[in-house]
Amino acid sequence: MSDNLLDIKDLNIFFKSDKNPEPIHAVRDLSFSLKQGEMLGVVGESGSGKSITNLALMGILGDSAVITAKECKFNGHDLLNLKEKELQKIRGGEIAMIFQDPMTALNPFLTVEFQIVETILAHLNISKSEAKNRAIELLAQVGITSPKERLKSYPFELSGGMAQRVMIAMAISTGPKLLIADEPTTALDVTIQKQILTLIKSLQEKNNMSVILVTHDLGVVSEFSERVQVMYAGELVETGLTKDLIKNPHHPYTYGLLSSRPGAVERAPKSPLASIAGIVPAFHQRPVGCQFNPRCEAVQADCKIGNIKIDNGVRCLHPMKGALK
Amino acid sequence: MKIFFSDLYFELKKNRGAMIGIIIIILSLFVAFLAPLIAPHNPTEVFPDALRLPPSFLEGGKAGFFFGTDDIGRDLLSRLIYGSRISLSVGFSVVVISLITGTFLGVIAGFYGGMVDRAIMRLTDLIMSLPSILFAIVIVAVLGPGISNAIVAVSVVAVPNFIRIIRAQVMVEKNRQYVQAAKLFGASNFRIMFVEILPNCMAPLIVQASLGFSDGILNVAALGFLGLGAQAPMSEWGTMLSDARSYIESSPWMVTLPGVCILLTVLSFNLLGDGLRDALDPRLKKQN
Amino acid sequence: MKTSIDQILKVDSLHKTYEIKKLFKPTLKLNALSDINFHLDKKETLGIVGESGCGKSTLAKVLTKLEARTQGEITLLGKKYDEILAEEFHSKIQMVFQDPYQSLNPRKKALDIIADPLVINTKIEANERRDLVMAMMKKVGLRDEFALRYPHHFSGGQRQRLGIARALMLHPEVLILDEPVSALDVSIQAQVLNLLLELQLEFNLAYLFISHDLSVIQHMSDRILVMYLGRVVEYGTRDQIFNNPLHPYTQILLESAPKTNRANENQAIVVKGELPSALNLPKGCAFEPRCPFATAACKESVPLLEIKQGREVACFEAR
Repeated sequence: MSDNLLDIKDLNIFFKSDKNPEPIHAVRDLSFSLKQGEMLGVVGESGSGKSITNLALMGILGDSAVITAKECKFNGHDLLNLKEKELQKIRGGEIAMIFQDPMTALNPFLTVEFQIVETILAHLNISKSEAKNRAIELLAQVGITSPKERLKSYPFELSGGMAQRVMIAMAISTGPKLLIADEPTTALDVTIQKQILTLIKSLQEKNNMSVILVTHDLGVVSEFSERVQVMYAGELVETGLTKDLIKNPHHPYTYGLLSSRPGAVERAPKSPLASIAGIVPAFHQRPVGCQFNPRCEAVQADCKIGNIKIDNGVRCLHPMKGALK
Repeated sequence: MKIFFSDLYFELKKNRGAMIGIIIIILSLFVAFLAPLIAPHNPTEVFPDALRLPPSFLEGGKAGFFFGTDDIGRDLLSRLIYGSRISLSVGFSVVVISLITGTFLGVIAGFYGGMVDRAIMRLTDLIMSLPSILFAIVIVAVLGPGISNAIVAVSVVAVPNFIRIIRAQVMVEKNRQYVQAAKLFGASNFRIMFVEILPNCMAPLIVQASLGFSDGILNVAALGFLGLGAQAPMSEWGTMLSDARSYIESSPWMVTLPGVCILLTVLSFNLLGDGLRDALDPRLKKQN
Repeated sequence: MKTSIDQILKVDSLHKTYEIKKLFKPTLKLNALSDINFHLDKKETLGIVGESGCGKSTLAKVLTKLEARTQGEITLLGKKYDEILAEEFHSKIQMVFQDPYQSLNPRKKALDIIADPLVINTKIEANERRDLVMAMMKKVGLRDEFALRYPHHFSGGQRQRLGIARALMLHPEVLILDEPVSALDVSIQAQVLNLLLELQLEFNLAYLFISHDLSVIQHMSDRILVMYLGRVVEYGTRDQIFNNPLHPYTQILLESAPKTNRANENQAIVVKGELPSALNLPKGCAFEPRCPFATAACKESVPLLEIKQGREVACFEAR
């Protein structure tokens, strides 16, 4: 028995569609694990499969998805073989999730109080007034000033940052073991982003909660999470401790992603940035072999055949050596 | 645009109702175009020795008059076949007239807003405040009965639907960035309205046009029934229905057959319209 | 010393006020821009940075005449805004929009989208127009065969290239870039930024680069204007702003931006609170409620821009 909270082995996600007889292979052979109380950053661009994986873990992908895995264990439960009832208990109870746009995740016609209390009552066996007190406590905990008055607000009366705080309060109301934060700050300003991320970090440490922080911003990951995994076109391409990976990326994609950031390395202003050529392949145009090979500068003949296995945290036959330049 | 139609066809193919509608429409178009070839007789030719004959497959029927004859001895099948020409062209004219006026007014109302918008919208409120058929009757009463006046009346009644739909769509589209981009190049308001915005409002317009077709046919038939539309000896379905209503007990086929024709055409356009709406508006589709 | 000839665009005490009318309530005034002054030289890039609600998008709209200004004077190439003819105006100042998915008409082919400015403003014939479009597509890195495709066939980066090509068709002198890369994937951003740098040299363009992303602003700009709630809080060269920010807001903004290569591990500064409502601004400095260095004087009156250490700062406490 491992002490991991989450163990995923060879997770594959397919989507069936009416138009294409061939199902879309959205996530391919994804394996990772997460310890209790650990924060894992997941970095990827659109189409990398980073969000789909989380929705699959929550069991809310819809009927067109086919999910297979060798192992998909959360806290001793096999997530893929649970009945809907049991899954409902885990979803929102032991695993909570917050989204990119808090405004659309909150029901615009209901007060903050109603929405938080409802969540608490659905998962905890306490009275309504206790639930209300708990709601006030939670709002104070996520840094909302005058929480009692705020309970009466409707979502449109909240700013983006405030709404995200309410979402976090709802997410942690049931004392989850795992919080999935899917681009929680992408819609927010930088100063508010910092507040929210700092809040998530402090809740993680205080409640010994595990966090999966999904983002497209390597800067966010490098400042807040200990471990990171980089995804590209449905595959995990590189994983490791954040501070090592940021300094010594081995996969050419990670390397390109890091060095194309303005300000990542010393560079004269207005001088050309390092860039990755081409675009992320569309779902139905995925290449054979290494998914990155059409865009890779160090591509060789063997990159274009077969399935490349992840080795020592890198899915690359010719990993890069040396520090970021 | 090509992509648009192939996507549309793909979505429509999944919808059985819409496909049935399309088949009926195509069939009736064939019948209408080939009327002189298909019709066994001239629709206005009178056979004095064959009054109110039942259809040939019923007892007392006569070969050569497949659907029987009417009260003054005209071949019913031929009249129905020629009637499809009238009904379809009436539907078409109504849609064309109301679509062009409605689109023009709707685009202007949605784009300019303010006083222009208010004036146009009050006008539509006025038209919509009366039951549409009643309003059409009033217009025909003023203009005088006749098929072309009936078309005008029915078109006027149909215009508000187009105005409202286009206006709502234009109000959404006009705030999009591509419109701002066009303004930055000094595009004229006319160009922005009809070259940039209008092509992006096509989806609801197509749906409404299809539904407007059936409304038009139905309303003109209703006016015909009331004696305000097509005049004798024109073989319009609504007029035929009205002429035959005194024989409903003795010769029920005279009433039934034009009624079934109206029903089928109206139904087919409604089925197509609903199918188009499902195909073009994903929001509605997801809900059902 | 630069002469005024070099100043291609000059903005003097620009104000923009929106009036919000509500039934049975007094009309509210929203000061989206208050007393904005700056200038843009030939071939340079002026970065405009700030968070949502700071007025940077309003500024872009006023500068492109998409919205009328309430007060103040704007001079383009020595001519006042009201005196420039429409045609001349459109060929001198152009804009690239943030969202490449919304700024291209989905029912038009790439060729027609890029050719539009020529169709409207020139009498060039179709054949020649086509050649000009093709040449421009090549310059922005789009292949010939893309010309007949519709926008939904393009990726975000390619769409943004289309938008840039369209903006350059009339050979403007000033290009306003409103968050040109923030809707793009990270690996695509660098491609587009590099393209913008190349085009600036090739066409001698002056950029007004609006962004909330500080690392992008730092890389692209010569001078920088920092805005907060409709006012300029700091205005200076890139090095002044990034190496030695004087306004507390600038400092906090720089501090908050996530970095992969942070020098000091200390992340203690987290600014408190959120933006006050623009309808209900504090009487004094707009940043005072969130400012860690605020004093009693900051509550009383609005600090004006003063020259301190060679750049303009609007803060009593900055030395």
